[in-house]
Amino acid sequence: MIIQVDNPVLEVHDLTVSYDKNPVLWNIDFSIPKGKLVGIIGPNGAGKSTMLKSVMGLIEPQSGFVKVFDKDLDDVRQRVSYVPQRESVDWDFPASVLDVVLMGRYGRRGLFKRMTKQDKEIAMASLAKVNMEKYYNRQIAQLSGGQQQRVFIARSLAQQADLYLMDEPFAGVDASAESSILSLLQEMRAEEKTIMVVHHDLQSAYEYFDWVILLNMRLVASGPKEEVFTPKLLQETYGGKLTLLDSLSNFIRRKELPIKG
Amino acid sequence: MSFDYQIILTGALVAASCAILGCFLILRKMAMIGDAISHAVLPGIVIAFLISGSRASVPMLLGAASFGVLTTFMIEWLSKKARMQNDAAIGLVFTFLFAVGIIMLTLFADKLDLDAHCVLHGEIAFVPLDQLIINGISFGPRKAWLLGGVFLFVVSIVIIGYRALFITTFDTAYAVSIGISAVVWHYVLMALVSLVTVVSFEAVGAVLVVAFLVVPAATAYLLTDNLLKMIFIAVTVGILSSFAGYFFAKFIDGSIPGAMSTALGFFFLLSFIFSPKYGLIGKRLAKKREVFQNT
Repeated sequence: MIIQVDNPVLEVHDLTVSYDKNPVLWNIDFSIPKGKLVGIIGPNGAGKSTMLKSVMGLIEPQSGFVKVFDKDLDDVRQRVSYVPQRESVDWDFPASVLDVVLMGRYGRRGLFKRMTKQDKEIAMASLAKVNMEKYYNRQIAQLSGGQQQRVFIARSLAQQADLYLMDEPFAGVDASAESSILSLLQEMRAEEKTIMVVHHDLQSAYEYFDWVILLNMRLVASGPKEEVFTPKLLQETYGGKLTLLDSLSNFIRRKELPIKG
Repeated sequence: MSFDYQIILTGALVAASCAILGCFLILRKMAMIGDAISHAVLPGIVIAFLISGSRASVPMLLGAASFGVLTTFMIEWLSKKARMQNDAAIGLVFTFLFAVGIIMLTLFADKLDLDAHCVLHGEIAFVPLDQLIINGISFGPRKAWLLGGVFLFVVSIVIIGYRALFITTFDTAYAVSIGISAVVWHYVLMALVSLVTVVSFEAVGAVLVVAFLVVPAATAYLLTDNLLKMIFIAVTVGILSSFAGYFFAKFIDGSIPGAMSTALGFFFLLSFIFSPKYGLIGKRLAKKREVFQNT
């Protein structure tokens, strides 16, 4: 059940990614409409984060290509913003909240030009949107998990992009932080931004998103949530097919081994 | 300038360059790369000696610097392709290259005016013997001029690339996502470390270079939450250690690099105990305060 859209914000074609000859993503092909909150759902190890990373060019795919706003990513980097997993950085780093949010301006200001007053204002406004403006001078190690996540989102907002790719923004944050992040994403959607979110919780997914991508190494479904959330497709994502794919990758590995040896 | 201060100045210049780069190395969790480079440049130096037949600085620098960059390439390559942890790759590469260097030293011992002892420990006390003399006027030790030039070069690259080094150190994935090449800046940093190590080790020895790369930065890390301040504190600690170490060595009539390393260790200990936020006492007080507030 893969619904392709006209004038997509993001299209991924025949994307295949593997780590050390173990395929992680198989032949992924989908497109995303504008102004939607999109959830990427699937079990652990389904390749959800890997897919975001390959869209951002952080991982070299085996095959396939990605188009953003009908262009190559390098031509439209300003319009795409990536929010890595919170745990991917060292929060003991000697930096303040504002230092981190200002990084969102590096893309537009360049590495060598001075930051202007306007950059600072945009950074502060982004912090205000996530209700963190009074923490701007705090050292980032002193923040709670939910606050760190909101700083990451503020940095992304400071980039003033049109497409946002967020890796697990709801992971390890408490209930109140989760609901405030969600309402922020809904506000962004109201401004015609497109937000793609890796999400691990099947329970809340139906409530949060408009468009859902079911992923388990291969693409199970991509479409409006009403059509995608069927027992059969969810079963296919979380159950049954998993063992088949496992044996398939084992088979390929076995075939490769004699050549390697 | 007396010989005393010429030696201190030389030590301070090494300390300042190393301390700046050390801050980035520590935050990138690759402090031991300095150790690797400072040892692995040995074959490069021997080859440069054999080809140029002199102790002239330029060929030696080129030989050593190319091996410094080669070291970082090999480490990177092994940890990506050979299923090796980064620290294991560092251990493998630098011991191998250093061993090759030692073998070459012993093989060509009759042609070389260099010994392994000097490489490891340096001879900072001899720095004033090689003066820069123009028209019969002495302008101070030649080594200090060279180190001064390297220091200015390091400072200007770090100022120009500060934002890039900052973002690629803190969050590589995000940096790449906005189009900043993490690879390029990684090698810029590695090239600077190679350069500083190579110019410094003849004066102060490989061991003190490693100490200057790691300890001032580690000391400063305990004292501040701001990268710029961390760099300034690290430089200050490095320079103070050069002073304190020199006079300590004179007092006990012992090895100067050894005394400078000891001084570094002493400053680290001070900040480890007394740092208001992350020191032993500061942490204990904070805990007490918490308990007090909760009761």
